[in-house]
Amino acid sequence: MCLAAPARVIEVSDDTAIVDYGGVRTTARLDALPDAVAAGDYVLIHTGFAIRRLSPEDGEETLRLFDELAASISPDVEAPSDASAPRSADAR
Amino acid sequence: MTTPVDFSDPDRARDLARVLQTLTPADPFKIVHVCGTHEMAITRNGLRSFLPDGVDLLEGPGCPVCVTPAADIDAAIEIARSGAVLCTFGDMMRVPGSRQSLDGARSEGHDVRTVLSAADAVAAAQESDRDVVFFAVGFETTAPMTAAILLDDPPANLSVLASHKQIPQAMAALLDLPGSRIGGYLAPGHVSTIIGTRPYDAWLGTRRIPIVVGGFEPLDILYALGLILRQNRDRSPRVENGYPRAVDAEGNLAALRLIDEVFETADARWRGIGTIPDSGYRLRSAFADRDARSRFTLDLPPERDEIPGCRCPDVLTARAVPSDCPLFGNRCTPLTPVGPCMVGSEGACSIWFRYGGRESL
Amino acid sequence: MSEDRVTALHGAGGEVMGRLLAERVLPRLPRGSAGRIGLDALDDGATVDVPSGAELVLTTDSHVVKPVFFPGGDIGRLAAAGTLNDLAVMGARPLALTLAAILEEGFPIADLERILDSFATALEEVGAAVVCGDTKVMSPGEIDGIALNTTGVGVAERAISDAEIAIGDRILLSGSIGDHGMALLAAREDFRLETELASDVAPIWPMIDAALRVGGIRAMKDPTRGGLAAALNEMAEKAAVSLELDEAAIPVLDAVAGLSEILGISPLEVANEGKAILIVDPTRADAVLDALRGHPLGRRAAIVGTVTDEYPGRVILGTAVGGRRFLDMPLGDPVPRIC
Repeated sequence: MCLAAPARVIEVSDDTAIVDYGGVRTTARLDALPDAVAAGDYVLIHTGFAIRRLSPEDGEETLRLFDELAASISPDVEAPSDASAPRSADAR
Repeated sequence: MTTPVDFSDPDRARDLARVLQTLTPADPFKIVHVCGTHEMAITRNGLRSFLPDGVDLLEGPGCPVCVTPAADIDAAIEIARSGAVLCTFGDMMRVPGSRQSLDGARSEGHDVRTVLSAADAVAAAQESDRDVVFFAVGFETTAPMTAAILLDDPPANLSVLASHKQIPQAMAALLDLPGSRIGGYLAPGHVSTIIGTRPYDAWLGTRRIPIVVGGFEPLDILYALGLILRQNRDRSPRVENGYPRAVDAEGNLAALRLIDEVFETADARWRGIGTIPDSGYRLRSAFADRDARSRFTLDLPPERDEIPGCRCPDVLTARAVPSDCPLFGNRCTPLTPVGPCMVGSEGACSIWFRYGGRESL
Repeated sequence: MSEDRVTALHGAGGEVMGRLLAERVLPRLPRGSAGRIGLDALDDGATVDVPSGAELVLTTDSHVVKPVFFPGGDIGRLAAAGTLNDLAVMGARPLALTLAAILEEGFPIADLERILDSFATALEEVGAAVVCGDTKVMSPGEIDGIALNTTGVGVAERAISDAEIAIGDRILLSGSIGDHGMALLAAREDFRLETELASDVAPIWPMIDAALRVGGIRAMKDPTRGGLAAALNEMAEKAAVSLELDEAAIPVLDAVAGLSEILGISPLEVANEGKAILIVDPTRADAVLDALRGHPLGRRAAIVGTVTDEYPGRVILGTAVGGRRFLDMPLGDPVPRIC
């Protein structure tokens, strides 16, 4: 229940912004993102309203998380021994 | 692409696939997600091809389209029949009510319009002399928008047929159903952008199963699945944020304030499941004059929600797969849907039918 | 003539209609002959010269597109290109079209003139003629604006079907996918989307002709309603083969991808009006690709897949991220979604 796409902010006026998705422009409302949104920012938009500002570093940071997980879990890397952790109650 | 980063990079996908293989659980493990957009991303990208043997990924009641009670659809249809303009999201058009769908009502000549946003309903109200009603469906991602338009002094002819729901409560309720066997949850990314991760602690913290918030790009989903399986391996189930660029613990406070100003929590009926306490939003009394249910006197047909033989309730609660249903593929097909799971592109049954009655190649 | 709107008399076959044809219609259709008796004769029919030994190919289409004028074209261009392209993907050189118009009383004649100009321009791009026509007028409300029917006649040494496919053949697309359907969705006023994206509507015979001269083309189809997904599924089912596609190779314009994200509709399921699918003998695929790319309409042509026998009758997509899934026949007109 979450179709939202990232768009670049082109212009801001009061509580709306003109945003651009790869060449397609539309107007988005900023009621849910009242903190300053500026031209050049990327925002996530759901049903015509911006819900989150994304920073340009977010993408690279996310890739780093993926790579960290991949590096920590490989057939050659030992699973951390966790004998002291309580066994979960039957979750299945 | 609009983002500068390649979230479909097949090399990274292969790395994450290796992670999943390495973390293959010893016993059959069922992961449930609760978001139509997750299901779309999973099937469009063929992500089930990456799952190790024994790991199943099922869709639960994650599409407001599937879980909106037939009575709400009937109300929307009656509103259109009364001569008002009924504005709805496209996903709702083909869902069967007790007698017909909104699409059926439109082809009979009633004014049912597809909108992309609550704001479009406001525009329709400004341009019309008649009553305009916005069919407000959706989870916490969409509720703030309905709230925003009601707070923005909309034209007097605008009212709202409110049917918003809250998802963490449903995730908890599912675990209590007999035969549930849910090993872990892939929690919805953009709902979480709004509500943060704290509600999962509140509603699911004591359940001791992995709950990982996931994004929607292919790599986001593979990553979140990896985190679930890692928690499982380490026997350290907890709420984990696998989508930090769009989600934090607190959520979007401005959006939550909008919801709180206009709505209060109430019990809600979920099609195929029944009433889940505190799982819905009801307009506060200050907005009673904007409530379409008060503005219109609706003569509703008897609600026909359950159909003999239809196993949507079990499919919606991830306790059955579509091919378990006796109607699947014969009486119930995407062109002749019987239950909500077969309607539209994201119902579990619709997807199974189109992909040959199995989850993946 | 002082009239600016169509009236019932314009369809009545009498003097008023005669004047409409003579003064407003025929002058806009200069290429009116493909044989001895042509459009100007206003006879009961027309003749078409057909080379002996050729296969005669016929096709027909009706057009009711809304809006009538859209970014990149209009119903006139759409009608001409649609029929010319059906002939083209049968491997047939278009010779002549018919044009029948059903107009709603009150339809602006200036609009009709614009539509006829577009129709004529499209014919000119291919060198085909419009040799007969018909006009009817219906009362207001009995028809919505305008509907056109075109029947096309073409010739081929041996027409190419959409189903004579062999395992190992390569699948080619002549260009980017989803442009027309997405452009029309974006143009809906109620969506409030601004974009430069235009329909790809264009007659493609000259490009196809160049590709045919290379040889090795086993089957062709134009992916109109239902998009690439529908056309490929039809081909796979008829030939009882599997069509295996590489998603990353399918050309999609940035604006189409952007609209796809906003609306939640796949570019593979919306109409194309200036594109062709070509199934080609593997030894000729590269040469056919070069021929397509040599034409302005084929700049983005690409080899996007292979014919296999893995799941006969089905289309399989190797996704960009490395997964695999079936690409299904779409169920109906695509609807924007939020979830």
